[in-house]
Amino acid sequence: MQSAISISLSSPSTIPRSSAACPRSLRFCGLRKEAFCPDASPGATSLRLTTLNSRSQHSNLNAVFAALKGNGAPSSNAFDYDLVIIGAGVGGHGAALHAVEKGLKTAIIEGDVVGGTCVNRGCVPSKALLAVSGRMRELQNEQHMKSFGLQVGAAGYDRQKVADHANNLASKIRGNLTNSMKALGVDILTGFGTILGPQKLKFGKGDSGDKIITAKDIIVATGSVPLVPKGIEVDGKTVITSDHALKLEFVPQWIAIVGSGYIGLEFSDVYTALGSEVTFVEALDQIMPGFDPEIGKLAQRVLVNPRKIDSYTGVFASKITPAKDGKPVQIELIDAKTKEPKETLEVDAALIATGRAPFTKGLGLENINVQTQRGFVPVDERMRVIDANGKLVPHLYCIGDANGKMMLAHAASAQGISVVEQVTGNDHVLNHLSIPAACFTHPEISMVGLTEPQAREKAEKEGFEVSIAKTSFKANTKALAENEGEGMAKLIYRPDNGEILGVHIFGLHAADLIHEASNAIAMGTRIQDIKFAVHAHPTLSEVLDELFKSAKVKLSASKTVAEPVPV
Amino acid sequence: MSHSHLLHTSFVPTAPPSLRRRIGGGSHLPRKPHLIQSKIREIFMPALSSTMTEGKIVSWVKSEGDKLAKGESVVVVESDKADMDVESFYDGYLAAIIVDEGLSAAVGSTIALLAETEEEIALAQSKKSSSPASPSAAGSNDAPVVLEEMPSPVPASAPVVASVSSNAGAVGSAVHPASEGGKRVVASPYAKKLAKDLGVDLKGIVGSGPNGRVVAKDVEAALAAVNVGGGAATTAAEVAKPSGVELGSVVPFTTMQSAVSRNMVESLAVPTFRVGYTFTTDALDALYKKIKSKGVTMTALLAKATALALVQHPVVNSSCRDGKSFTYNSHINVAVAVAIDGGLITPVLQDADKIDIYSLSRKWKELVDKARAKQLQPQEYNLGTFTLSNLGMFGVDRFDAILPPGTGAIMAVGASEPTLVGTKDGRIGLKTQMQVNVTADHRVIYGADLAAFLQTLAKIIEDPKDLTL
Repeated sequence: MQSAISISLSSPSTIPRSSAACPRSLRFCGLRKEAFCPDASPGATSLRLTTLNSRSQHSNLNAVFAALKGNGAPSSNAFDYDLVIIGAGVGGHGAALHAVEKGLKTAIIEGDVVGGTCVNRGCVPSKALLAVSGRMRELQNEQHMKSFGLQVGAAGYDRQKVADHANNLASKIRGNLTNSMKALGVDILTGFGTILGPQKLKFGKGDSGDKIITAKDIIVATGSVPLVPKGIEVDGKTVITSDHALKLEFVPQWIAIVGSGYIGLEFSDVYTALGSEVTFVEALDQIMPGFDPEIGKLAQRVLVNPRKIDSYTGVFASKITPAKDGKPVQIELIDAKTKEPKETLEVDAALIATGRAPFTKGLGLENINVQTQRGFVPVDERMRVIDANGKLVPHLYCIGDANGKMMLAHAASAQGISVVEQVTGNDHVLNHLSIPAACFTHPEISMVGLTEPQAREKAEKEGFEVSIAKTSFKANTKALAENEGEGMAKLIYRPDNGEILGVHIFGLHAADLIHEASNAIAMGTRIQDIKFAVHAHPTLSEVLDELFKSAKVKLSASKTVAEPVPV
Repeated sequence: MSHSHLLHTSFVPTAPPSLRRRIGGGSHLPRKPHLIQSKIREIFMPALSSTMTEGKIVSWVKSEGDKLAKGESVVVVESDKADMDVESFYDGYLAAIIVDEGLSAAVGSTIALLAETEEEIALAQSKKSSSPASPSAAGSNDAPVVLEEMPSPVPASAPVVASVSSNAGAVGSAVHPASEGGKRVVASPYAKKLAKDLGVDLKGIVGSGPNGRVVAKDVEAALAAVNVGGGAATTAAEVAKPSGVELGSVVPFTTMQSAVSRNMVESLAVPTFRVGYTFTTDALDALYKKIKSKGVTMTALLAKATALALVQHPVVNSSCRDGKSFTYNSHINVAVAVAIDGGLITPVLQDADKIDIYSLSRKWKELVDKARAKQLQPQEYNLGTFTLSNLGMFGVDRFDAILPPGTGAIMAVGASEPTLVGTKDGRIGLKTQMQVNVTADHRVIYGADLAAFLQTLAKIIEDPKDLTL
């Protein structure tokens, strides 16, 4: 949700203001630049530059945008709004902010709470819990403390206060999100949105109070809910989904986590730090599928093997019964291939982290002849909705988890911004390979682009060579100062032209480090150019610096990276 | 170091991929000499980079006896560049680990043995003890180090672990409801991990967790029963030793037992002699009673007293390394022998003279826990300069210890027992006394040195106020 206002300028003094309205050295992310340049008057430019100096003034910044643009009248009188977004999650919010900036009269419909899954039941509260687990881990690790010369007594925690921290964080971010939209004048309409026909929809609680509105363009951004496979009975107490787990109502002695992807892995980090023992139940042949195999292996060695975790792989949980009448939670496992019963687990709690299902029911898609696929709304690469006949539905877009392209909050937001660009006359296709992803375990895992097997497959098909470069956190001064030398960064690239195909990081603050790589991919920066960029010493970012420098590209730098500024 | 080593090893590093592909795609297949029924392969330290000359074993992903599938990670090696997983190029069993975690080996030297079948594990282990790894085998052109495929007669009857008859009835009410009448063991993830690390069989352990589940403390309790039980072991202890002695069989040494054996033979090259002494321990016992509640142990008190005496007699803390000189150690590191499952290890209390008795006791507890969990780091058992061996808790009144090579002296401590003593004023009294017997290397430590040292130690033990300073 911050993405819409995070224009990054280093410092006003280094920017030649007198040059063209859109100097090359002003490197906004691809979208921003276009959004900014066409109508940037010199006054507006300097105003922004001064405001942007302070990161803490987001609300001021919003006020500036509002004053400049405001949520004006619709451009055509035929419609109530230029743009209506169904769903005020991170995707809808990102789209709304960008729409206002582009001068569209915008409304957003929310049937639950502003912020959606990410803010209320996902990334945000889980980061609060992970912040706690990270500190617990550090305090419990006597060797680690001793190696610093620190002496710490036994660390303990108050479950309710930990839970409160997560809840408070969610409320705070929700408040920020709501205020940012209100300040811009986005109309927040309460109720469930239903599409009635082309460019027409209603919203409300489903009773006679429903209101009908028209919009030139409509974005569906209704998100997802935890996926609960058949046979699993969720009672919200002993058999739970992430929605319940984030409330941290109790810390079981032994919890089975069904699914060992991002969600499962993050919760295993939280639960083991708080003293639980964890059993992973994974349908695939190894835990942590989906990560680059080499990173997955290292992560397993650090995040799973030394902790109080065991796992069952290649099995489905065919039936899970909550604890009742003094009996523990029962999990029946069957072989994932042969479907034969294998074993019954008895645990204190089970967390279902098998993925997320799109939330698209009641959207009225049948009114415009759109058929969902496993619940997902089919879209093309521009997020335009495709109907049952394979034709594009005009003026209807779907972003975020509901289209299933990439189920990440920031991906939804980027898709929303891309759609707004298109409806305001700038054709735009989002490069999903430039969208980073992160898993906030201790240490963190992050990635962007292709994994090594994916890259090799692509290379074989398209006939190019793939090379790998790797660096270790062991060689990084800052990581060693923190006594956190465990970790590696891996670069997958084309040695012939220096294109970055993928970057994977496991180590301290990996989630923050990935953006240098994802920005490079987004902007098409090649290794031979980026390796001349300077990194402050000593910082963790030098892990990537070294990574780029260790790559062997057959071309030399294509151009000077920026116009030289004498000092 | 050339990459050709890679071709000679049965193990392939996960990276760099270019190398791996070359190997994987190559026609390097195990040359199969026909008629050979079984094979034991040597696993070499691979060259993970062009500049690598030696590698450190970060961790063994697999343990001895584990089954390996081709492509599975076996060991993590730290090269001069990074940590890398090394994968097995063959199916089989990891029979014997030759280079332990934390130690380094030259590229090309043998770090472990791989057996093709389960039966050959024992054979491989005996082979290992007979041919210790030569860390200097780094030469790049010692050609015969290719996959040594040794024809080996499969032992007619490999020691088979008798499967424990799970006595469901005996476990009674503690049977987990899901355990199907005792057939299945329900244990928490950590309990399972711990049981594996400590070599404890989960069957037969009575669980104290919810619904009779076996939890970590049950495993620890079972292990403690083994250690305390000694001869009159409990049933749990019997069960906990899967490699129970089968009469009439020949069981090869474990890694640790081989190491002990080597050291013992080596000790014969040292001219040792012994000096005994009797201490009166009433004051020490009184002090112990007073501070026992603060976690102080008798072992720590004895180590501390010894260390303080050694401060005044540096020669007793010295050693003879080359037969030509004294090596006066700058630290007083008291090693204390501890019997652990199937072996003996000597965790070291470093700088025992400088550390206060409370910290020393805590340190000791930590070391013992680690020793039981087999997690001692080499520096935690290698750096002793003087050794204590105490059999007093078994009622032994005096014994004789063998001097560990590389050190100057070892003190055997007997039980502290009430003894009738005639005093100088012609009366008879009851005193608690303890006999010690020091074995020392006479090349550096002479009789008078030991006598003086023991006299100092007697003074400290009989007036132990300095121990708590």
